[in-house]
Amino acid sequence: MIVTDNNAVADGEIQEKLKEIFSRHAAERQELIPVLQETQKAFHYLPETAVKAIAEYLHLPVSAVYGVSTFYTRFKLKPEGKKIIRVCRGTACHVRGAGKVLAELEKVLGIKAGETTPDLEYTLETVACIGACALAPTITIDDEVFAKMTPRKVTEILSERAQLNQ
Amino acid sequence: MNEPNSTNNPQHTVLVCQGTGCVSGKSTELTDALTKAAAAQGLGNIHIDFTGCHGFCEQGPVVIIQPDDIFYTHVSIKDAPEIIASLLPGGKPLERLFYADPVTGRTVPHYKDIKFYNMQQRLILRNCGHINPERIEDYTAAGGYEALKKVLKTMTPEQVIAEVKKSGLRGRGGAGFSTGLKWELCRNVKGDQKYMICNADEGDPGAFMDRSTMEGDPHSVLEGLAIAAYAIGASEGFIYIREEYPLAVKRVRLAIQQAEKAGYLGKNILGSDFSFIVHVKEGAGAFVCGEETAMMASIEGRRGFPRTRPPYPAQSGLWGKPTTINNVKSLASIPIIITRGADWYAAIGTGKSKGTAVFALTGNIANSGLIEVPMGIKLRNIIYDIGGGIPEGKKFRAVQIGGPSGGCLPESALDLPVDFDALQAAGAIMGSGGMVIMDEHTCMVDVARYFLSFTQAESCGKCVPCRVGTLQMLEILRRICAGKGTPEDIPALQKLGEQIKAGSLCALGQTAPNPVLTTLRYFMDEYKAHIEEKKCSALVCPDLLSYYILPDKCQGCGICARECPANCISGAKRLVHVVDQDKCVKCGNCFNVCPERFNAIAKVSGEKVDVPKEPTPIR
Repeated sequence: MIVTDNNAVADGEIQEKLKEIFSRHAAERQELIPVLQETQKAFHYLPETAVKAIAEYLHLPVSAVYGVSTFYTRFKLKPEGKKIIRVCRGTACHVRGAGKVLAELEKVLGIKAGETTPDLEYTLETVACIGACALAPTITIDDEVFAKMTPRKVTEILSERAQLNQ
Repeated sequence: MNEPNSTNNPQHTVLVCQGTGCVSGKSTELTDALTKAAAAQGLGNIHIDFTGCHGFCEQGPVVIIQPDDIFYTHVSIKDAPEIIASLLPGGKPLERLFYADPVTGRTVPHYKDIKFYNMQQRLILRNCGHINPERIEDYTAAGGYEALKKVLKTMTPEQVIAEVKKSGLRGRGGAGFSTGLKWELCRNVKGDQKYMICNADEGDPGAFMDRSTMEGDPHSVLEGLAIAAYAIGASEGFIYIREEYPLAVKRVRLAIQQAEKAGYLGKNILGSDFSFIVHVKEGAGAFVCGEETAMMASIEGRRGFPRTRPPYPAQSGLWGKPTTINNVKSLASIPIIITRGADWYAAIGTGKSKGTAVFALTGNIANSGLIEVPMGIKLRNIIYDIGGGIPEGKKFRAVQIGGPSGGCLPESALDLPVDFDALQAAGAIMGSGGMVIMDEHTCMVDVARYFLSFTQAESCGKCVPCRVGTLQMLEILRRICAGKGTPEDIPALQKLGEQIKAGSLCALGQTAPNPVLTTLRYFMDEYKAHIEEKKCSALVCPDLLSYYILPDKCQGCGICARECPANCISGAKRLVHVVDQDKCVKCGNCFNVCPERFNAIAKVSGEKVDVPKEPTPIR
């Protein structure tokens, strides 16, 4: 398996969490995606040991779990940041200047779309559409939507958050 | 939340919108602030509640005061005490929060007088913005679940199908197949187990009506789903929702729990023999899963690859069992068709497109938001009456309908009636209902490139024409936008487009070339200008732009030179600055930072501006 795993999470912790996740799902193939979703949420990525344990629990070859994990954009095989910033690249956002917002975020965070900051704080992604088109351009930080974005607002929001974390 | 109190009859109801749009404007906190303000002012009899989306998201957060129907826009938390005070005897509505018409500038106090709303006909969105989506009692008080009762007590499945067929309802997911016929096909297949699926994987960029429907009126979707299940004979159902819509997921899950408790879902519904259980499945970020066969693969826990049809899902669907898949809006239409009758519904719309259409009106438009209009309305009425036209006096360039599967229509198409067939004839499709208005500062070649980069990235990779062909088209478009296009590129795009349409298995590939083919059809002069004159008249494609500093305007302040990442602006204090055109990276920083009062930078495409080659003293 081509999985980059820098052991961001200890194996014991993974086993314990998985036990809890498995208790909510029958050992059936149709539970694969929900199980992966919960695992992703718990660790901010799919650790290699978890992928193997999930395959064993659902009686699936590891290749099948790996195939599904790489097909859906939601699943990551490398650790993601604690906060996920998504820049909407929907049509309405595109015609109202989403490109400039993304460029500013890339500049401020020092990473490109699809990358994670070295301190594992933020992951920057683009998303097809978050369906808040009347508020374009938009970004989300986790589940929170920020409307009518401008490059200036990017700096404001991020510095506000940096202060909260201190 | 305050419950309505019958002994202490509330004189006013304050309804705060809590759709995704208004929540991003802190409407949840606003609701709390209003409740607190009412308590502080000793007005316990004011009923404060929240609703789903009103559709006018751009004006959010919005608040409605009933019974007067006062409509407040852009309400912030600090307005709460004043709003409550205005409800005291002798209080007056707050004019500063009224909606201001973007065309006339006049303020409009009442919901029903706002042009954005008064040309709409809301059937699918009938309850959105009027009821609390998290309370089943609100839905039943508005006549909810009456259709399900009627169906289970007085109609056979065949009668339900006949009624839906007679109504002329066509699937709102995009293709427009007859909903009644779809049900009948599944009904007629023998099978001990059948499945009913609601497609809520609204993936098209620029569309958010399914999200708003689920957030604002989730029970209407569940009621439609249960009626559909009864008609086809399914005992189990799924709602497949994109994970990008967390609020919709939450409200649908809550609605399912409430409906089960009230006996509208579950075993022996309303005392009948009919049992139906519903599960929610969350997507995991794959656009192609909106295609029905890919969606079924995803529910089964596999990669979302589409497969060949036949066999159609009606014959062999989820786990090989007969299955019907309907869009959110189709299902939300069902209860009202059953209660008001097929004839009533069929009287709305045009010859072959009955009922209403929901559009997400966005882009360069004054009033953007969610609208519902009778089929047959002209595009011009939607854009200029409901939408209030293009802001800042700019000119209309195109309207993009149907998302990445749809097309871009020019001004000459504005008098087309909006229905399934007229749009298809013009090269666009109804699709999921995204309607993006583009003004003269939109480059149509860039738009085609944008849509194709989306479908290219979302192609699942199964069919070669879709996987490889869209990439080839995208490369050509990138070349044209970069000023490296050749005249042969145009026939190549047309040929590739036709081949991809013909050679792809599912609708993603079959429709992916549409934005390119329609822009070639209606905006050929823009392609030619990019290729022959290296000119982007909308001033969008960066590689085709040049920046010049105008000697009669430059004041020698030096801001542009400091901000230039390529260090290609020369000059000094009191000297007219000069851009070295050979070194310029076309980032546009100088244009953005030049103080507005000087406005000394000219941004042009395909032309040269005669300016000095060396810095000269300012005049």
